[in-house]
Amino acid sequence: MVDIPPPLEIHDLTVSYDRKPVLYGVDIVVETGSLVGVVGPNGAGKSTLIKTIMGIVRPNGGWVKIFGQPYRKAVTRVGYVPQRESVDWDFPVSVMDVVLMGRYGHAGLMRRVSKRDRLIASECLEKVNMQPFAARQIGNLSGGQQQRVFLARALAQESDLYLMDEPFAGVDAATETAIVELLRDLKERGKTLIVVHHDLSSAREYFDKLLLLNMRLVAYGEMEETFTPDLLQKTYGGRLTILSDVAGQAAGRSEFEQEGDPKL
Amino acid sequence: MREEFFPPFDYGSVFVNPWLSDFESTFQVVLMGFFVCLACGVIGNFVVARRLALVGDAISHSLLPGIAIAFVFTSSRSLPAMLIGAAVAGVLTTVLIELIHRKSRVKPDAAIGIVFTTLFAIGVVIISIWLDNVHLDADCVLYGEIGLVPLRESFILGVASLGPSPIATMGAVALLDIVLVIVFYRVLLVTSFDVGLARSLGMPVNAAHYGLMIALALTIVAAFEAVGVVLVVAMLIFPAVTVGFFFERLPVLLIGVPPLSLAYSFGGFHLAKWLDCSIAGAMVVIAGALFVVAWLLGPKGGLFWQWSLSSSFQGDRKSITEVGS
Repeated sequence: MVDIPPPLEIHDLTVSYDRKPVLYGVDIVVETGSLVGVVGPNGAGKSTLIKTIMGIVRPNGGWVKIFGQPYRKAVTRVGYVPQRESVDWDFPVSVMDVVLMGRYGHAGLMRRVSKRDRLIASECLEKVNMQPFAARQIGNLSGGQQQRVFLARALAQESDLYLMDEPFAGVDAATETAIVELLRDLKERGKTLIVVHHDLSSAREYFDKLLLLNMRLVAYGEMEETFTPDLLQKTYGGRLTILSDVAGQAAGRSEFEQEGDPKL
Repeated sequence: MREEFFPPFDYGSVFVNPWLSDFESTFQVVLMGFFVCLACGVIGNFVVARRLALVGDAISHSLLPGIAIAFVFTSSRSLPAMLIGAAVAGVLTTVLIELIHRKSRVKPDAAIGIVFTTLFAIGVVIISIWLDNVHLDADCVLYGEIGLVPLRESFILGVASLGPSPIATMGAVALLDIVLVIVFYRVLLVTSFDVGLARSLGMPVNAAHYGLMIALALTIVAAFEAVGVVLVVAMLIFPAVTVGFFFERLPVLLIGVPPLSLAYSFGGFHLAKWLDCSIAGAMVVIAGALFVVAWLLGPKGGLFWQWSLSSSFQGDRKSITEVGS
């Protein structure tokens, strides 16, 4: 079998802001077709990890490879969904304009947007049920609709690896369901997804793999191996007691498995 | 002090005579006003969209030391020297504002206030020490005198005279701004709207920012002789916010700049003829008046539409409760 480089490989990554360390010695290899949830407490460096992967933040040490190449050479293979609050929603652009920005990586800096680009953007809006809003100014949208626009833009990038920063933050239930379906669909099509997520209680049903982060990499692996009281405690420290239902959820599941084991 | 604020309005003397009696200088003044508004409006749209209107104000003041130092070195109003001085001062202003904001606890708005007042003061000091007896007077820097533009020496290119040099310069800068915006439209759009996406697409975010600031500084220095550093800020901001009450997409906002520029320059010139006042001042008064009209009548967030919308909304709610009961 030919050795295909993994979508994402991170080696000994260390990042600090103004000499304050944010990430230390992170080592991960993410396999093709993974749907990974990145969880950890506030200030654990989740967004920093995403930004470092995309070359937005420069690491102090270590390296990131995307499909075996440095980020610069793999730009068109990576789709990005930034945090919704990171942009000014009063900016004078329409929904369609924003989705078309997803095509700029393919079109190059100078070439004009082609008919095909518009068609793809339009299809992507259709997928998130935002086609009727194409001509709207983005400021008139609800939080969930704004997030759908960002997802449509990421879809329009037609990438193989998607990095999403808190796509579930502040969206309505219908949008949440739509996003989960979209993530599943992308995974089915062999895409790799790395999603920063703030809500531990829903992480288990949304993702297949977890990346537990608290400045260091606590654990990375399949949900069964990583969603354990031990590792979650290690990630969140004492703060997990606040999320006692989540702890119970994790503990209850492992008890259940232990009970179930002898029968097998 | 004259007796009446509004002189009697005479259509002929306000609108017709200036064009009949002295077509050339009238045309040149209006053309200069048009170029100023055009260049400022195009760059101003990006400045406003990036929420940098205050930085535009800051740069317009900080150019003074750049111009003054260029003046000291060349001891003339040498155009290249002034443009270089302005570009350096413009970049220095943005760099200093960011440096103070990042490396200290001073908030960005306070940082802007610190930087531009200090640089402006340095300019005032330089002028008062070395340039006291030279013609670079403070009034002209602050308010400009667009009416004197036709009297300036001509710009000669080869054998052809391109008219007074401030007009030729302003026209060239306006053309440069338009070309730059068209060529780098996508980079400007994405870096203005979403820095994260821009970086992830490998766009040169910092180069785009400083490029825009240099274009802004060049535009202001070319315009300041005509309208001064204070009124030039109005020309940066008014077109973007006025058209913004009618359209909400950047390309359309940009297309709105030329017609507004015509309105400002013609309107300002004739208002000044009628009231016998500063032409640059009258242009900004026209810009302000058109802004108020747009604010009242514009379909996108204008007051009139908000009123009619909220009253129809109340009507809807009433009908819903009626259905409910």
